[in-house]
Amino acid sequence: MNGLLNFIRRLGAAAVEGVWRIGFAARFFVLLLRHSGQSLTRIHLTVREIYFSGVLSLLIIVVSGLFVGMVLGLQGYETLQRYGSGDALGVLVSLSLTRELGPVVAGLLFASRAGLAVTAEIGLMKTTEQLDAMDMMAVNPIARVVAPRFWGGVISMPLLAALFSAMGVLGGWLIGVVFIGVDNGAFWSQMQAAVDFRFDIMNGVIKSFVFGATVALIAVFEGYDCTPTAEGLSRAITRTVVTSALAILALDFVLTSLMFRGQS
Amino acid sequence: MVSETDNLLVSLKDVRFAYGEREILRGVNLKVPRGKVVAIMGGSGCGKTTLLRLIGGQLRATAGTVDVAGRDVSSLDTAELYEMRRRMGMLFQFGALFTDMSVFDNVAFPLREHTDLPFGLIRDMVLMKLNAVGLRGAADLMPAELSGGMARRVALARAIALDPMLIMYDEPFAGLDPISLGVIGQLIRKLNDALGATTIMVTHDIMESLQIVDYIYFVSEGGIVAEGTPDELRASKDPWVYQFIHAEPDGPVPFHYPAEALEESLIGGRAA
Repeated sequence: MNGLLNFIRRLGAAAVEGVWRIGFAARFFVLLLRHSGQSLTRIHLTVREIYFSGVLSLLIIVVSGLFVGMVLGLQGYETLQRYGSGDALGVLVSLSLTRELGPVVAGLLFASRAGLAVTAEIGLMKTTEQLDAMDMMAVNPIARVVAPRFWGGVISMPLLAALFSAMGVLGGWLIGVVFIGVDNGAFWSQMQAAVDFRFDIMNGVIKSFVFGATVALIAVFEGYDCTPTAEGLSRAITRTVVTSALAILALDFVLTSLMFRGQS
Repeated sequence: MVSETDNLLVSLKDVRFAYGEREILRGVNLKVPRGKVVAIMGGSGCGKTTLLRLIGGQLRATAGTVDVAGRDVSSLDTAELYEMRRRMGMLFQFGALFTDMSVFDNVAFPLREHTDLPFGLIRDMVLMKLNAVGLRGAADLMPAELSGGMARRVALARAIALDPMLIMYDEPFAGLDPISLGVIGQLIRKLNDALGATTIMVTHDIMESLQIVDYIYFVSEGGIVAEGTPDELRASKDPWVYQFIHAEPDGPVPFHYPAEALEESLIGGRAA
């Protein structure tokens, strides 16, 4: 009986803690938006973060996109040829990437590369009192440190997802056309005919934008809110990766059901 | 004893503060006259750093008033608080230098954030501040390349970049070798006098403090338990002051954390 009571007590405490954190995160987000002006008026601060979040993530995005596309090419051709539709490989690869894999996998990679780095950097600044020092110098750390990193992530993510999809299509082409021997013309022309700019590509861009904003918010919040100890920082980094991954997958389901409802 | 007739820059009246349920300060009264170097001393966890944070407006008192330059810090909104902080400098325990910026950029940071001065003028001002702490030659180094004492001196140069009226130091001597400790101590005194500023220093280091400060407050159990000039404290028979100055392990500040009697712990533990 005591064990059950303790379990319910712990469950309740965890739920209350979770609700508090969501409340803190919402308040933090409002503060972040209020203090985002400096990210625009001093654009070099945001450009610097685009470099750290975006440019430094290029390698992992390009290589992963290429390999995901190559695997799609292999698996897709193997399945399509059973139905005599091997020429439709370009359609399968491009739709899979622009609608789903591009935004989702790029988002997961972005969270584990850039999101983690942002949490670690802000968390370490908090642990070493750099944020306090800035605050004592009458410089708002949310405006100076947090907002540029948030907007850097928001701007970088759609671009990285687009690049991921482009590299994936290239990987699919490499396997399908160059190695397996699918007709080059059929690969590209069917892709052109089947992929709709507004419906497929723009929806993918919207998804990647939402994922970028979500990951960036989680990353800056976890860093800013972390307990200023080595253990606290380690927990914050773990939470960034886990929460971002879960949020991306859950949001993907919600967005997909809204965007592609009733479509074939 | 500092009196009301002194030209006070900082004045705390019946200040209380609690972290949640745990009350740290229980009615602190403290006065800091303009132009003086004042030390706040006491054991670990007695609320010294909390006092600095209350004066700097990073924390708000749960009761009482914290006046800085005639204004109650607790009543200021964010814009007013930031306006006041532009006239304050604070040196954190381990410097809190921005690790992604060079020494030069660290010292230039407040100038770039709060002024529209041209680059040449900022450069000259930064080099003068660094020269004052003896580190003009280290302007291009990164914080990771500095020793603990050098980092503290750079942080000191940054804290005085805007020629503040009030400079606060949180444990400026912690972890320093004797030479660096002496250098930092002398800099604190000289910079205060040269800038015409007022200094509040939180520290454990009684010997160094007795040489450079004008007045000392001892904090314990949430209040001021002793105060005086260095000469008054050296001659003091107060058991608290005696224990602190002579580094006695036991006394008014107990060696043991509050607990039941040892016998009860041991016998009770066996019975269970």
